Amino acid sequence: MEIRELKKKSCEIRKSALKMIRHAGSGHPGGSMSVVDMLTVLYYRQLKNIDPADPHRIDRDRMVLSKGHANPALYAILADKGYFPVEELSTLRQIGSRLQGHPDRSKTPGVDACGGSLGQGPSVAVGLALGAKAAGYDSQVYVIVGDGELEEGQPWEAAMSAVQFKLDNLTWIIDNNGLQIMGSNDEVMGSGSFEDKFRAFGFEVISIDGNDYEQLIAAFDKKVSGKPKCIVAHTIKGKGVSFMENEVKWHGAALTDELLDQALKELDEQEAAL
Amino acid sequence: MSMTATRVALGDALKALGEVNEKVVVFDADVASATYTQTFAKAFPDRFYQMGIAEANMTGVAAGISEFGFIPFVSTFAVFGTGRAYDQVRNTVAYGHYNVKLAMTHAGITGGPDGGSHQSIEDLALMRVLPGMRILCPCDSAETHQAIKLAAELEGPVYIRCSRMPTPDYEEHPFVLGGSHVVREGKDVVLFTNGTMVSQSIAAAKILAEKGIDCAIVNLYSVKPLDEETVRSYAQKCGKVVSVEEHSIYGGLGDSVSMALSECCIPMKRIGVQDKFGGSGKPEELLAAYGLDGKGIAEQVETWLKK
Repeated sequence: MEIRELKKKSCEIRKSALKMIRHAGSGHPGGSMSVVDMLTVLYYRQLKNIDPADPHRIDRDRMVLSKGHANPALYAILADKGYFPVEELSTLRQIGSRLQGHPDRSKTPGVDACGGSLGQGPSVAVGLALGAKAAGYDSQVYVIVGDGELEEGQPWEAAMSAVQFKLDNLTWIIDNNGLQIMGSNDEVMGSGSFEDKFRAFGFEVISIDGNDYEQLIAAFDKKVSGKPKCIVAHTIKGKGVSFMENEVKWHGAALTDELLDQALKELDEQEAAL
Repeated sequence: MSMTATRVALGDALKALGEVNEKVVVFDADVASATYTQTFAKAFPDRFYQMGIAEANMTGVAAGISEFGFIPFVSTFAVFGTGRAYDQVRNTVAYGHYNVKLAMTHAGITGGPDGGSHQSIEDLALMRVLPGMRILCPCDSAETHQAIKLAAELEGPVYIRCSRMPTPDYEEHPFVLGGSHVVREGKDVVLFTNGTMVSQSIAAAKILAEKGIDCAIVNLYSVKPLDEETVRSYAQKCGKVVSVEEHSIYGGLGDSVSMALSECCIPMKRIGVQDKFGGSGKPEELLAAYGLDGKGIAEQVETWLKK
């Protein structure tokens, strides 16, 4: 898919995710918007051997959404790709739904790992990358980790092991939107430079504007050998919706009908301008 | 009678399984010389993953590798594997229903001199409450081999509880998920037990027999699912029930048994670690101090029956 098409697709995904959250009456729009662009590039350009008709195909690339609260963006993409009917998106967070409030791999076709208890995705991703190599598959493994999530200790254990096992089939993406529930990352728990930290751990580190398609594609395409890759994706929380951008209050709040209409209108305009 | 610690048997069992199943892999958090998974590591270095002192990561990595058809056995001390990594066992392994086997050692107080920080008296409680978790607690070498083989055959998470203290090697008997083994027939009281407490319960039964108390002993090696039918039938037959476990009286085997009997109204006593932590000492000293050797068990049973 060309960049223009990817961008158009991202507008659709954003609209779909926001409608889903509005319908559910709760959810996490800010962090969902910030990851839409990386997810769009991954699912419509990068991931190999993924097949909605065979979601468990063993030689597929894997995508672990460790910051599971951003799953409306993932669900919108999975529905668009045909893993489940688009109509099912309106069941998000409702009783009996396959679309849980946080990703549940047992329930939702196309979801590669559970997410929700923060900090656990990177370890699963390390295991997947290790397993792919040990079993002789060429699968690439991607894990999307929130910046606030890196306040947990487990990801750093996982980071050490990813380097120890020379997992050059692992791409660790940090959605560095700078905000979390109680304020900015620096206010809550200053984490300094992720670039410096992951470089010190032994990763190949690429720092990009995580909402820029050229930069995302270049970072994904960069070949790395003998060590894992870390993409520090500097993103905008609430990206694409003017009143949400960089506003911490949209971490976990549903929109009103009025604001949803405004957001959809803005996204329609962005799409039309492409 | 020869004696083997179930941790030693664990290493041997994993090696034996590794010889017939090339998908078996083992994860260690820098304690393989104590858990005896080094036995597997020496035989199959390419299928042994040293994860460093990082139990949380080890648990998640094992979940990931299982997705490529491997059968990972995660091994460390029970207190760390089920306690420190509890949320990883809960939210990654159990919630995600991964094919991960948790084979832990140093369960209970007989871990000995390392003290209470290293002695798991709550692992059964932690694992029992997880939906879908199966729990096996072998009492000897034969049961450990059977438990490891069974765990590999079962799809999904299994917890295997092993010990540091050597215990007698008994004759092999059938070992199935949800099964049990009647160790001794008796009519006055039934002792439901497992693991290290099987041999201590046998010792207690001998002491009690001299005092005219005839104990049945049932080895409930499958803690979850529990052989509730056998529990109920022996409870009804004997009329009095005692649970004997090297675990806190809260949340462990005693709870499992009382759940199975909760509609039967049969008097029951729980023998186990009371509401306190373990401590340093030799295993046999600790068992005596906590009332969990044959003598201590016999005294508690006798006192209770006389009430």
